[in-house]
Amino acid sequence: MKKTLAVAALMSVAFAGAAQARDQIRIVGSSTVFPFATAVAEEFGKTTSFKTPVIESTGSGGGLKLFCAGVGEQNPDITNASRRIKKSEVETCAKNGVEEITEVKIGYDGIVLSNSNEAEQLDLTKEQIFLALAKIVPSKDGKSLVDNFYSTWSEIDPSLPDVKIEVLGPPPTSGTRDAFTELVLEEACEEFPVIAELEKSNKDKFKAVCAGVREDGAYIEAGENDNLIVQKLEANKDAFGIFGFSFLDQNGDKLQGSLIGGVAPTFEAISAGEYPVSRSLYFYVKNAHVGTIPGMMEYVSEFTSDKAWGEEGYLADRGLIPMDAKEREAVHNAAMNLSPLSM
Amino acid sequence: MTDMASLMEDRAAAKVISDNLHKPVDWDSPKIARNIKKRYAAERRFKFYGLAAIGVALLALFVLAGSIGSKGYTAFFQTYVQLEITFDQDAIDPDRTGDPAVIGKANFDGLIKQALRERFPQVTGRQEKRDLYSIVSGGASYDLRERVMENPGLIGQTRKVWLISGDDFDMLNKGYISADVEEGNRRLNDEEIAWYDALKSDGAVEKQFHTRFFTNGDSREPELAGIWGAAVGSLYTLMVTLALSFPIGVLAAVYLEEFAPKNRFTQIVEVNINNLAAVPSIVFGLLGLEVYLNVMHLPRSAPVVGGLTLALMTLPTIIIASRAAIKAVPPSIRQAALGLGASPVQTVTHHVLPLAMPGILTGTIIGMAQALGETAPLLMIGMVAFIVDIPGGALDPATVLPVQIYLWADSPERAFVEKTSAAIMVLLAFLVLMNGLAVYLRKKFERKW
Repeated sequence: MKKTLAVAALMSVAFAGAAQARDQIRIVGSSTVFPFATAVAEEFGKTTSFKTPVIESTGSGGGLKLFCAGVGEQNPDITNASRRIKKSEVETCAKNGVEEITEVKIGYDGIVLSNSNEAEQLDLTKEQIFLALAKIVPSKDGKSLVDNFYSTWSEIDPSLPDVKIEVLGPPPTSGTRDAFTELVLEEACEEFPVIAELEKSNKDKFKAVCAGVREDGAYIEAGENDNLIVQKLEANKDAFGIFGFSFLDQNGDKLQGSLIGGVAPTFEAISAGEYPVSRSLYFYVKNAHVGTIPGMMEYVSEFTSDKAWGEEGYLADRGLIPMDAKEREAVHNAAMNLSPLSM
Repeated sequence: MTDMASLMEDRAAAKVISDNLHKPVDWDSPKIARNIKKRYAAERRFKFYGLAAIGVALLALFVLAGSIGSKGYTAFFQTYVQLEITFDQDAIDPDRTGDPAVIGKANFDGLIKQALRERFPQVTGRQEKRDLYSIVSGGASYDLRERVMENPGLIGQTRKVWLISGDDFDMLNKGYISADVEEGNRRLNDEEIAWYDALKSDGAVEKQFHTRFFTNGDSREPELAGIWGAAVGSLYTLMVTLALSFPIGVLAAVYLEEFAPKNRFTQIVEVNINNLAAVPSIVFGLLGLEVYLNVMHLPRSAPVVGGLTLALMTLPTIIIASRAAIKAVPPSIRQAALGLGASPVQTVTHHVLPLAMPGILTGTIIGMAQALGETAPLLMIGMVAFIVDIPGGALDPATVLPVQIYLWADSPERAFVEKTSAAIMVLLAFLVLMNGLAVYLRKKFERKW
């Protein structure tokens, strides 16, 4: 009897915090936006009377899937994305009753190729990176396509060091990898005449060649954890790593970013749009939840305030690269009016 | 014909053996001596291999514990900076109301900034000032407020106060940021390092035990982030898991072992239970997502859903361990009880279960320890999340210890590296405690027959 009572008491303690209607914003989405969204959420929780939002790191695609599952308390209110929402996703959303979505662009993130600062700093072109990492490359005479045969950087270009190609990067499930493929590999591959010809003759093969990353050990999938790549680069001076700019920013005493197209990955260069490998970051708001879930507009307002996303805001301290003042104002106004996205 | 031939051969062989057996063995012959030596050598080699295996395992453990410990122990200490704060009456409570509501709303952050400006009056530029303010953590103003709320007599006085420092400053003090590196390549510029040196020579920089790490929830500021939120989340999750999987697991084991008829159906059940124990845990997460969230509409990220999902995962472990423990109870005990007139249920509840309990508890605790370290199934049900508030119950959003480790390991800020290792130490301490409890229970209740 005593035991039953004890168990009952324990259970009632455990369930005491039962939430009636949800009074807390729920956010899902990209792991790249996660560090920024969490910073805003924490500040929002501290400076307002609302509860601190709960933010899940599910990846951009996973976040949009949850977001588009429907309207109602059990579905998230906001999703973060390190790429723009796709047309098919907007359609899924609409089919499930999520008709009005507000898109908020928050700034840029650079993707860097970097190595230990005790090694040589490279100045690469996108084509050279393609030759180093693609699965299929043009042959020496440029007439046919063969499996990637380059094993050292100097084979690609004699001016590059005679060091084995060894690049640590994210796996295919990662948004960083998607963006890197899109911004570097797919752009570079069109520059090779033999691949460009393929675009007309065999579209599927063209796509496969442009997005294919070599699997012979020169490109090492290091998991989603960018800190792990940083640690490995410290230990192995010959290796390069692909990750978000904020990790280079935090580890500037150990690592250096390679120049791409002659531009170094610096805060200023990415912000000005000069550094070629950068992408926009977004979050999407479910308009139907505004007014039902308390604090949504206040959260959006906190995120789009200069104190957060401005040039000297706390998000810039965490590695977010801000848009210019004009664009910020335009996005802020559109967000505060909840102007729905149309595609 | 061939049978005949082999039979003859066997006979011949048997004869040779029996002849040899009848001959007395010459124990001193060189051949026997060689044989014995060889056997001893083989024995020594075998022992050595065993020792070597333990050695490798221990070495791996030491390297792991050593690297985690050496990286993580600094997280238990935090840099504090001493500043002379003027608790200005006009800034805190201009109308002299003494009302806690008024005092609580005062701009304590401003007081800290003012103290920093007074300490380094040469700082004027906007960016410079921002750098200066980052010496002290954004959380310090809450400490200051608490201090004044507790002791309103401070208002109007000037006191030297220890304030929690920002993460970069803390990293510098702990030696993780080196001043020898070129200025552009480190998180702190020359000026900030000069401020640090000035404060340090005044004796105004000190490392103190970091209690916040054990009392706070998660935060994006490394110096304010704590493990308590995740620990409470783990506790609620395990409570739900235990409340569900222990009774179900034990009852299933008792039925299968003591009452179930041995037929095809129970065989299939047995095989399935053994198979379930080997199913990857992410599968249970998908099941949890489908059943608990999509069908039953339980709240996302809640420990109750995490506990239900993990209970499915630990059930096979508990059933298998409990069955083994019940099987180990000697049949004579059952026969004696039945012989004295006890019913089968009485036999089980009065005799078999109490005797099997140490084994059942050990299995349960090992299952719980497994559940404590699990992250994969929790990803699917939304417990891999940033949650600042400490959960007040099993329905509040929460995260668990291993998830907290994963989230910190993935954060760009340098200061989270030591926090990650420290969190691993806390998790390991929990696991050692639970396994220690299992050993203790075994020793205390174990019976020998």
